[in-house]
Amino acid sequence: MIRGWLAVAVFAGLVAMLAFGLTRDPSRVSSPLIGLPVPAFQAERLASADEHFDSTALRGEWSLLNVWASWCTTCLEEHELLMRLSQQLALYGINHRDTRDEARNWLQVYGNPYRASAFDEYGEVGIELGVYKVPETFLLDPDGVIRYKHVGALDEEAYQEQILARIREGRP
Amino acid sequence: MKRATAWGFCLLFAGSACLAVDEAADERYRNLLYELRCLVCQNQSLADSDAELAGDLRRRVQDLIDQGMSDKEIIAHLQARYGDFILYRPPLAWRTAALWASPFVLLALTAWLLLRRIRRGHARASGSLSDVERERLKDVLKRGSD
Repeated sequence: MIRGWLAVAVFAGLVAMLAFGLTRDPSRVSSPLIGLPVPAFQAERLASADEHFDSTALRGEWSLLNVWASWCTTCLEEHELLMRLSQQLALYGINHRDTRDEARNWLQVYGNPYRASAFDEYGEVGIELGVYKVPETFLLDPDGVIRYKHVGALDEEAYQEQILARIREGRP
Repeated sequence: MKRATAWGFCLLFAGSACLAVDEAADERYRNLLYELRCLVCQNQSLADSDAELAGDLRRRVQDLIDQGMSDKEIIAHLQARYGDFILYRPPLAWRTAALWASPFVLLALTAWLLLRRIRRGHARASGSLSDVERERLKDVLKRGSD
Protein backbone atom coordinates (compact mmCIF):
# COMPACT_ATOMS: atom_id res chain seq x y z
CA MET A 1 0.00 0.00 0.00
CA ILE A 2 2.74 2.45 1.01
CA ARG A 3 4.70 1.35 -2.00
CA GLY A 4 1.76 2.21 -4.27
CA TRP A 5 1.40 5.68 -2.81
CA LEU A 6 5.15 6.20 -3.11
CA ALA A 7 4.99 5.39 -6.81
CA VAL A 8 2.10 7.84 -7.26
CA ALA A 9 4.05 10.54 -5.42
CA VAL A 10 7.18 10.00 -7.51
CA PHE A 11 5.11 10.10 -10.69
CA ALA A 12 3.32 13.29 -9.60
CA GLY A 13 6.68 14.88 -8.79
CA LEU A 14 8.01 13.99 -12.21
CA VAL A 15 4.93 15.43 -13.91
CA ALA A 16 5.23 18.65 -11.89
CA MET A 17 8.91 18.99 -12.83
CA LEU A 18 8.25 18.42 -16.51
CA ALA A 19 5.25 20.77 -16.48
CA PHE A 20 7.49 23.48 -15.07
CA GLY A 21 10.46 22.75 -17.29
CA LEU A 22 8.70 22.23 -20.59
CA THR A 23 6.52 25.32 -20.47
CA ARG A 24 9.38 27.75 -19.97
CA ASP A 25 10.77 29.55 -23.00
CA PRO A 26 14.41 28.46 -23.23
CA SER A 27 15.32 31.40 -25.45
CA ARG A 28 14.65 33.79 -22.56
CA VAL A 29 17.84 33.94 -20.54
CA SER A 30 17.74 36.07 -17.43
CA SER A 31 20.31 38.84 -17.31
CA PRO A 32 22.88 39.11 -14.51
CA LEU A 33 22.83 42.88 -15.03
CA ILE A 34 19.43 43.41 -13.41
CA GLY A 35 19.86 45.37 -10.19
CA LEU A 36 23.21 46.77 -11.31
CA PRO A 37 24.01 50.22 -12.71
CA VAL A 38 23.91 50.28 -16.51
CA PRO A 39 27.42 49.41 -17.79
CA ALA A 40 29.50 52.43 -18.68
CA PHE A 41 29.95 52.71 -22.42
CA GLN A 42 30.55 55.42 -24.94
CA ALA A 43 29.60 55.25 -28.57
CA GLU A 44 29.08 57.51 -31.52
CA ARG A 45 25.61 58.84 -31.95
CA LEU A 46 23.62 57.58 -34.87
CA ALA A 47 22.78 61.12 -35.87
CA SER A 48 26.39 62.22 -36.02
CA ALA A 49 29.80 60.58 -35.63
CA ASP A 50 31.08 63.71 -33.91
CA GLU A 51 28.61 63.48 -31.06
CA HIS A 52 28.87 60.91 -28.31
CA PHE A 53 26.35 58.79 -26.54
CA ASP A 54 27.38 58.27 -22.94
CA SER A 55 25.54 55.68 -20.85
CA THR A 56 26.45 57.41 -17.59
CA ALA A 57 24.16 60.26 -18.67
CA LEU A 58 21.15 57.93 -18.48
CA ARG A 59 19.95 59.01 -15.07
CA GLY A 60 17.78 61.56 -13.37
CA GLU A 61 14.54 59.99 -14.60
CA TRP A 62 13.12 56.60 -15.54
CA SER A 63 14.13 55.65 -19.05
CA LEU A 64 13.95 52.85 -21.57
CA LEU A 65 17.02 51.74 -23.47
CA ASN A 66 15.91 49.90 -26.58
CA VAL A 67 18.21 47.82 -28.79
CA TRP A 68 17.04 47.99 -32.41
CA ALA A 69 18.15 47.64 -36.00
CA SER A 70 16.78 48.43 -39.44
CA TRP A 71 17.20 44.77 -40.44
CA CYS A 72 15.19 43.59 -37.44
CA THR A 73 11.65 42.72 -38.48
CA THR A 74 10.47 42.09 -34.92
CA CYS A 75 11.41 45.69 -34.14
CA LEU A 76 8.56 46.85 -36.35
CA GLU A 77 6.08 44.97 -34.17
CA GLU A 78 6.93 47.10 -31.16
CA HIS A 79 7.53 50.31 -33.03
CA GLU A 80 4.05 51.73 -32.72
CA LEU A 81 4.09 51.18 -28.98
CA LEU A 82 7.50 52.81 -28.67
CA MET A 83 6.28 55.82 -30.64
CA ARG A 84 3.41 56.16 -28.18
CA LEU A 85 5.63 55.65 -25.12
CA SER A 86 8.08 58.26 -26.31
CA GLN A 87 5.53 60.90 -25.41
CA GLN A 88 5.57 59.98 -21.74
CA LEU A 89 8.93 58.28 -21.14
CA ALA A 90 12.55 59.00 -21.97
CA LEU A 91 13.48 56.54 -24.72
CA TYR A 92 17.02 55.90 -25.88
CA GLY A 93 18.10 53.60 -28.66
CA ILE A 94 21.08 51.41 -29.38
CA ASN A 95 21.33 50.82 -33.09
CA HIS A 96 22.77 47.33 -33.24
CA ARG A 97 24.99 46.06 -36.11
CA ASP A 98 23.56 48.36 -38.72
CA THR A 99 24.69 50.91 -41.26
CA ARG A 100 24.16 54.61 -40.61
CA ASP A 101 22.30 55.16 -43.87
CA GLU A 102 19.88 52.31 -43.45
CA ALA A 103 19.24 53.06 -39.80
CA ARG A 104 18.56 56.75 -40.40
CA ASN A 105 16.35 55.92 -43.33
CA TRP A 106 14.38 53.48 -41.19
CA LEU A 107 13.75 56.17 -38.57
CA GLN A 108 12.63 58.55 -41.27
CA VAL A 109 10.16 56.07 -42.72
CA TYR A 110 8.70 54.69 -39.48
CA GLY A 111 9.28 57.60 -37.11
CA ASN A 112 11.93 58.22 -34.46
CA PRO A 113 10.84 57.52 -30.87
CA TYR A 114 14.35 57.99 -29.44
CA ARG A 115 15.85 61.05 -27.81
CA ALA A 116 19.14 59.70 -29.05
CA SER A 117 20.51 56.48 -30.45
CA ALA A 118 23.99 55.06 -29.99
CA PHE A 119 25.53 53.67 -33.17
CA ASP A 120 26.82 50.18 -32.30
CA GLU A 121 28.18 49.07 -35.66
CA TYR A 122 30.11 46.04 -34.42
CA GLY A 123 27.90 44.96 -31.54
CA GLU A 124 30.42 45.95 -28.88
CA VAL A 125 27.94 47.90 -26.78
CA GLY A 126 25.63 44.94 -27.23
CA ILE A 127 28.14 42.67 -25.51
CA GLU A 128 28.48 45.12 -22.61
CA LEU A 129 24.71 44.87 -22.13
CA GLY A 130 24.54 41.11 -22.68
CA VAL A 131 22.36 41.54 -25.77
CA TYR A 132 21.69 38.30 -27.63
CA LYS A 133 18.44 38.88 -29.44
CA VAL A 134 17.20 42.08 -31.05
CA PRO A 135 15.02 43.83 -29.95
CA GLU A 136 15.76 44.04 -26.25
CA THR A 137 14.53 46.73 -23.90
CA PHE A 138 16.06 47.77 -20.59
CA LEU A 139 14.24 49.75 -17.94
CA LEU A 140 16.54 52.13 -16.04
CA ASP A 141 15.55 53.85 -12.82
CA PRO A 142 16.53 57.46 -12.02
CA ASP A 143 19.81 56.23 -10.51
CA GLY A 144 20.72 54.54 -13.78
CA VAL A 145 20.17 51.06 -12.33
CA ILE A 146 18.77 48.37 -14.65
CA ARG A 147 15.48 47.26 -13.18
CA TYR A 148 14.08 45.03 -15.89
CA LYS A 149 15.00 43.60 -19.25
CA HIS A 150 12.56 42.55 -21.94
CA VAL A 151 13.70 40.25 -24.73
CA GLY A 152 11.77 40.35 -28.00
CA ALA A 153 9.10 42.79 -29.12
CA LEU A 154 7.66 44.85 -26.29
CA ASP A 155 3.89 44.68 -26.10
CA GLU A 156 1.19 46.47 -24.19
CA GLU A 157 0.91 43.69 -21.61
CA ALA A 158 4.63 43.62 -20.84
CA TYR A 159 4.65 47.40 -20.68
CA GLN A 160 1.77 47.54 -18.20
CA GLU A 161 2.78 44.63 -16.01
CA GLN A 162 6.55 44.81 -16.04
CA ILE A 163 7.53 48.37 -16.83
CA LEU A 164 4.72 50.65 -15.68
CA ALA A 165 4.24 48.60 -12.51
CA ARG A 166 7.89 49.04 -11.59
CA ILE A 167 7.85 52.76 -12.27
CA ARG A 168 4.71 53.22 -10.14
CA GLU A 169 6.20 51.13 -7.37
CA GLY A 170 9.40 53.14 -7.43
CA ARG A 171 7.65 56.47 -7.23
CA PRO A 172 6.31 57.49 -3.83
CA MET B 1 49.94 44.46 -26.36
CA LYS B 2 51.60 41.26 -25.18
CA ARG B 3 51.17 39.79 -28.60
CA ALA B 4 52.83 42.85 -30.15
CA THR B 5 55.83 42.43 -27.86
CA ALA B 6 55.97 38.76 -28.70
CA TRP B 7 56.02 39.53 -32.39
CA GLY B 8 58.73 42.12 -31.75
CA PHE B 9 60.90 39.40 -30.26
CA CYS B 10 60.10 37.19 -33.22
CA LEU B 11 61.44 39.78 -35.60
CA LEU B 12 64.53 40.19 -33.46
CA PHE B 13 65.46 36.56 -32.97
CA ALA B 14 63.39 34.75 -35.59
CA GLY B 15 63.46 31.74 -33.29
CA SER B 16 61.05 28.86 -33.23
CA ALA B 17 60.24 29.66 -29.60
CA CYS B 18 58.24 32.65 -30.80
CA LEU B 19 55.97 30.53 -32.92
CA ALA B 20 55.30 28.48 -29.83
CA VAL B 21 54.09 31.61 -28.00
CA ASP B 22 51.60 32.28 -30.76
CA GLU B 23 50.50 28.69 -30.97
CA ALA B 24 49.83 28.61 -27.26
CA ALA B 25 47.62 31.70 -27.58
CA ASP B 26 45.76 30.11 -30.47
CA GLU B 27 45.19 26.95 -28.51
CA ARG B 28 43.88 28.93 -25.53
CA TYR B 29 41.54 30.74 -27.92
CA ARG B 30 40.20 27.48 -29.36
CA ASN B 31 39.79 25.82 -25.98
CA LEU B 32 37.95 28.82 -24.59
CA LEU B 33 35.52 28.85 -27.49
CA TYR B 34 34.51 25.29 -26.70
CA GLU B 35 33.81 26.26 -23.08
CA LEU B 36 31.41 29.04 -24.08
CA ARG B 37 27.87 28.68 -25.32
CA CYS B 38 26.31 30.72 -28.08
CA LEU B 39 23.10 32.27 -26.74
CA VAL B 40 21.41 32.29 -30.13
CA CYS B 41 21.84 28.65 -31.16
CA GLN B 42 21.88 27.38 -27.64
CA ASN B 43 23.27 23.94 -28.26
CA GLN B 44 26.34 25.19 -30.05
CA SER B 45 29.54 26.51 -28.61
CA LEU B 46 31.08 29.77 -29.76
CA ALA B 47 33.48 27.65 -31.81
CA ASP B 48 30.66 25.91 -33.71
CA SER B 49 28.10 28.65 -34.16
CA ASP B 50 27.65 30.73 -37.30
CA ALA B 51 25.43 33.28 -35.56
CA GLU B 52 26.55 36.90 -35.74
CA LEU B 53 26.58 37.10 -31.97
CA ALA B 54 29.02 34.18 -31.84
CA GLY B 55 31.27 36.07 -34.25
CA ASP B 56 31.17 39.17 -32.05
CA LEU B 57 31.93 37.11 -28.96
CA ARG B 58 34.80 35.30 -30.66
CA ARG B 59 36.29 38.67 -31.53
CA ARG B 60 35.85 39.77 -27.92
CA VAL B 61 37.60 36.62 -26.63
CA GLN B 62 40.51 37.23 -29.01
CA ASP B 63 40.75 40.87 -27.88
CA LEU B 64 40.81 39.85 -24.23
CA ILE B 65 43.54 37.26 -24.87
CA ASP B 66 45.53 39.93 -26.65
CA GLN B 67 45.06 42.21 -23.65
CA GLY B 68 46.75 39.55 -21.54
CA MET B 69 43.71 38.34 -19.58
CA SER B 70 43.79 34.84 -18.11
CA ASP B 71 41.18 32.23 -19.12
CA LYS B 72 39.47 32.68 -15.78
CA GLU B 73 39.23 36.43 -16.22
CA ILE B 74 37.85 36.07 -19.75
CA ILE B 75 35.18 33.64 -18.60
CA ALA B 76 34.27 35.95 -15.70
CA HIS B 77 34.09 38.87 -18.13
CA LEU B 78 31.49 37.12 -20.28
CA GLN B 79 29.67 35.60 -17.32
CA ALA B 80 29.17 39.09 -15.86
CA ARG B 81 27.37 40.14 -19.06
CA TYR B 82 25.51 37.01 -20.14
CA GLY B 83 25.17 35.05 -16.91
CA ASP B 84 25.88 31.39 -16.16
CA PHE B 85 24.07 30.38 -19.31
CA ILE B 86 27.11 31.20 -21.43
CA LEU B 87 29.08 28.50 -19.61
CA TYR B 88 28.85 24.93 -20.80
CA ARG B 89 29.94 23.80 -17.36
CA PRO B 90 27.63 25.25 -14.72
CA PRO B 91 29.53 26.65 -11.72
CA LEU B 92 29.47 24.75 -8.43
CA ALA B 93 27.46 26.96 -6.08
CA TRP B 94 24.53 26.69 -3.67
CA ARG B 95 22.00 27.62 -6.33
CA THR B 96 23.35 24.82 -8.57
CA ALA B 97 23.76 22.31 -5.73
CA ALA B 98 20.68 20.28 -6.71
CA LEU B 99 21.93 20.05 -10.27
CA TRP B 100 25.37 18.79 -9.27
CA ALA B 101 24.18 16.53 -6.46
CA SER B 102 21.22 14.85 -8.17
CA PRO B 103 23.20 12.22 -10.15
CA PHE B 104 25.01 11.11 -7.00
CA VAL B 105 21.85 11.11 -4.91
CA LEU B 106 20.08 9.02 -7.56
CA LEU B 107 23.05 6.64 -7.78
CA ALA B 108 23.14 6.20 -4.00
CA LEU B 109 19.37 5.67 -3.85
CA THR B 110 19.45 3.06 -6.60
CA ALA B 111 22.40 1.27 -5.02
CA TRP B 112 20.60 1.18 -1.68
CA LEU B 113 17.40 -0.20 -3.23
CA LEU B 114 19.36 -2.79 -5.18
CA LEU B 115 21.37 -3.92 -2.15
CA ARG B 116 18.23 -4.23 -0.08
CA ARG B 117 16.58 -6.37 -2.72
CA ILE B 118 19.62 -8.63 -3.07
CA ARG B 119 19.87 -9.09 0.67
CA ARG B 120 16.19 -9.98 0.94
CA GLY B 121 16.47 -12.53 -1.83
CA HIS B 122 19.47 -14.00 -0.07
CA ALA B 123 17.65 -14.25 3.21
CA ARG B 124 14.76 -16.01 1.52
CA ALA B 125 17.02 -18.48 -0.26
CA SER B 126 19.21 -19.47 2.66
CA GLY B 127 16.76 -18.90 5.49
CA SER B 128 15.42 -21.73 7.65
CA LEU B 129 12.19 -23.47 6.68
CA SER B 130 8.87 -22.69 8.24
CA ASP B 131 7.13 -25.37 10.35
CA VAL B 132 4.72 -26.28 7.56
CA GLU B 133 7.57 -26.64 5.13
CA ARG B 134 9.51 -28.81 7.55
CA GLU B 135 6.51 -31.16 7.96
CA ARG B 136 6.14 -31.45 4.22
CA LEU B 137 9.83 -32.13 3.79
CA LYS B 138 9.67 -34.88 6.41
CA ASP B 139 6.68 -36.31 4.57
CA VAL B 140 8.43 -36.35 1.24
CA LEU B 141 11.57 -37.91 2.70
CA LYS B 142 9.55 -40.60 4.48
CA ARG B 143 7.70 -41.49 1.33
CA GLY B 144 10.97 -41.65 -0.57
CA SER B 145 12.52 -44.13 1.88
CA ASP B 146 9.53 -46.48 1.76
